[in-house]
Amino acid sequence: MPPNGTPPTGLFGQLVAGLARTRQRLIGQIERLFAANAGSAPTLEALEELLIAADLGPIVAGQIIAALHQRLGRRDLKELRHVEETVKEEILSVLKATTPPPLSADPDARPRVFLFLGVNGSGKTTTIGKFAKRLIDEGGKVIVAGADTFRAAAIEQLQVWGKRVGAHVVCHQAGADPSAVVFDALQAAVARQATHLLIDTAGRLHTKRNLMEELKKIHRVISRQMPGAPYERFMVLDATSGLNALAQAREFHDAVGLTGLVLTKLDGTAKGGIVVAIAQHLKVPIAFVGLGEGLDDLQPFSPEAFTDALFVSS
Amino acid sequence: MFDGLAERLALVFKRLRGHGRLTEENIIEALREVRLALLEADVNFKVVKGFIERVRERAVGREVLESLTPGQQVVKVVYEELVGVLGSTRVPLAYAQDSPSALMLVGLHGSGKTTTAAKLGRWLLSEGRSPLLVAADQTRPAAREQLQILGNSLGLPVFVGTGTSLQVCQESRAVAKERGHNPLILDTSGRLHVDEPLMQELVAIKQAMCPAEILMVADAMTGQDAVNSALRFDADLGLTGFVLTKLDGDARGGAALSIRSVTGKPIKFVGVGEKLDALEPFHPDRMASRILGMGDILTLVEKAQASVDHKRASELTQKIASEGFALEDFRLQLRQLKELGPLEQVMGMIPGLSQQKGLADSGAAERGIKQAEAIINSMTRKEREVPGLINGSRRRRIAAGSGTSVAEVNRLLKQFSQAQRLMRQLLPLGGSGAKRTVAKRLLPFLGS
Repeated sequence: MPPNGTPPTGLFGQLVAGLARTRQRLIGQIERLFAANAGSAPTLEALEELLIAADLGPIVAGQIIAALHQRLGRRDLKELRHVEETVKEEILSVLKATTPPPLSADPDARPRVFLFLGVNGSGKTTTIGKFAKRLIDEGGKVIVAGADTFRAAAIEQLQVWGKRVGAHVVCHQAGADPSAVVFDALQAAVARQATHLLIDTAGRLHTKRNLMEELKKIHRVISRQMPGAPYERFMVLDATSGLNALAQAREFHDAVGLTGLVLTKLDGTAKGGIVVAIAQHLKVPIAFVGLGEGLDDLQPFSPEAFTDALFVSS
Repeated sequence: MFDGLAERLALVFKRLRGHGRLTEENIIEALREVRLALLEADVNFKVVKGFIERVRERAVGREVLESLTPGQQVVKVVYEELVGVLGSTRVPLAYAQDSPSALMLVGLHGSGKTTTAAKLGRWLLSEGRSPLLVAADQTRPAAREQLQILGNSLGLPVFVGTGTSLQVCQESRAVAKERGHNPLILDTSGRLHVDEPLMQELVAIKQAMCPAEILMVADAMTGQDAVNSALRFDADLGLTGFVLTKLDGDARGGAALSIRSVTGKPIKFVGVGEKLDALEPFHPDRMASRILGMGDILTLVEKAQASVDHKRASELTQKIASEGFALEDFRLQLRQLKELGPLEQVMGMIPGLSQQKGLADSGAAERGIKQAEAIINSMTRKEREVPGLINGSRRRRIAAGSGTSVAEVNRLLKQFSQAQRLMRQLLPLGGSGAKRTVAKRLLPFLGS
C-alpha cells in the first residue's frame, strides 16, 4: 500500500473518465429501463441482467435483487432513486467488508516487499512499472526482481520499465530458478537499503499444480528471508475477466494468502464487477486500479469512487 | 464449484418421470437452470436470452425418448443448439492469390497475440509452408524481442523493422518476396477497442497489406465484455475469425459462444498451453461440452484412443455387453486411467469431475486411485464377480486387508455401481445419432 492513505484529488475524475468511456454505463441503462416502464415496476429480471452485464455474476446479481426485494416496498421499486441507492449500498457494503491488509509490526521496516502474481496477460509487468514510478515519485528507492524467467523477453520487458522509471532490476538469465532470483533480490534490497522490492512473477494459470508449487516456494523464500517484514501478495486481475477470476483468486489465495488485488485495464468497456464477488467470497480488498496505458494510470482503489463511477450518469 | 448442467437438470426433472412429452410448464424450470449454467460460463446475457428462446421452441412438444430422461432430453437439445451456433464445420485458413499472403493478429492487451503468432508459425511450418513472423508491436516494451526469441526457438525467421507498425508490415512484404516466405504473420500490439487512433492504425495496416486473414486473439477467460470488443474489432476491421487462448485453465469459455453469436465469424484455433505446440483447431462439440460443464470427454477419448490396444478394447466391450461390467473391469479402468497421463489434466476432461473443487487436488485423487486398487485387490475372485456378496463381515475383512476403512470400501462399491449404471445406459446403442457416437467413442476408453 502507498504510505499515504488518502487518494489523490485526481482519482475520482480519472476513475470516472476511465469508466465513462462506455456509453453503456450501468446507471444509464437503469434509467432507460425505468423510463421504458414508466408507471409500472421495472422487471427485476432486467435489472438483474444489468448487474450480470457488469460481470458481477448471476449469483451475486441474484443476491442484490433479493436484497432489493426485501428492503424496498412495491412503491419504492417504482422510484429510481431508491433502487439506485439500494443497489449501490449493497455493492459498497460488500466491497467495504473486506479484510484490510495486515499491518506489519514495524511500518518503517525496510524494504517493503510486494509479490505480484496472476494469470498470463493480466498486466503484472506493466503494473510493476507503474507502481515503481509511483513509489519513486514519492521518494522511494525501488528494486524490481525479474522472477518471470519463463516467458520469452519478460526480463527485457522489465528492464525497459526499470530504465524508464529509474528502478534497479535484479535478474538472472532466462530459465533460471525464480526463487533464486527472489533470494538475490532480497539480499540486494537489504544491502542497498531499498525502500521497496517489487517482485514480478511469471503468469500462471491457477490450475497448473507445478506452477502453483513454484509460487509457494517463492513465497517460502521471502517469508524465511524476511520474517515479519511488511509483505504484500497482490493478484493482478484483468477487468475484462469473467467469473473464472473468482476461481483464480481462490487458488492463489489458498497458495500464498492474497493481501490485495490490482484491477487492470479498467479504461475499456469492461466494468470489473467480478471483484465484488471476490470481495464477498474471499474478503480480499482491491488495492489499486489500472486506468490506462500512461505511466501515472495506476491509482489506489476507493470503494466509493468505484461504485459511484459505476452509477455515474452522463 | 458448479455442477454440470446435466446433473442439475436431472434434479429439476426428478419428479417428472413418466411424462411422455415436454410441456411449456415443465421445461420452464429447466430453462432457468440452462440460463444460469450459461451465465456462469460467462456467455453474454443477451446471447443467453436468444439462445434460451431457441431451445424453448425446439424442446417444447418433443417426445421424451424412452432411452432418455427429460433432463437428458433438454441437455441434448441445448448441446445440439450450442454446437450449431459454434459452427458445425471447420473453416480453414485463407490465403491470398498473390504471394506473400498476410495473416494479421489483433486483439486486446494480454490476450496472447505474440505467443499465438509463434504457435501459428510453427503450425504453418508443419503444414509445409514457410511463414515469416513480423514483429509489428512497437508499443509494448520487449515485444519484438519476445517474438524473436520464440521464432529462434522454432527455427522460424522473424522480421524486426524500425519505424511505425505500418512501415514494418510494408517492409516485411518485400523481405518475404525476396526470400520466398509465405504467409506473413503480423503480430500487432494490444489495444482497446475504444481507442480510436489505435484502431485506425490497424485499419491502415489492413488497407496496405490486404490480409487474407484477420484473426482476433481473445482470452477464453473473458466475461460479459467479450461481445463489445469483438463487435468493435469486427466492425472496424472485418475479422475473418478468432483464436481463443488460455483454454488450458478451467474457464468454461462462454466467450466463445458470445463472440461467435454476435459476429458470426468462426473460431479457427484454440490455445491450450504455454508450450509452442499447444495450438489446436477448434472443435465446436468439445467447446459445447465445456461450456455446459460436461467435461471434455471427446478430447479424453481421443487421448485414450492414442494409447489403447484396440483389439483388446473391443473384446472387452463385447464382454461387458454380454456379461456386464464387473469390478475386475473397474480395476482395469483405474489402472488405465493412471497411464493416460497427468491425472490433473485427465480429470479436467471427465464430466462431473471437472468442476469439483475437492478433486482439483490431483495428488489426493492419485492416492484415491491407489486406494481403490488396493481395495479391489483385497477382494476374492468371487466377490469381484458378484459384488452383491459383499456383506458387513466381508467389508471389514476387505478394509483390513487393504489398509482402509469400511466407509472407504463402501464408497468404492458405490462408485462402482454408478459406473455400472453408466455402462448400462451407454451399451444398448439404440439412442439417437449423437448419443451413439459418444457411446461408441467412449467404449474403447472405458473398456481398455
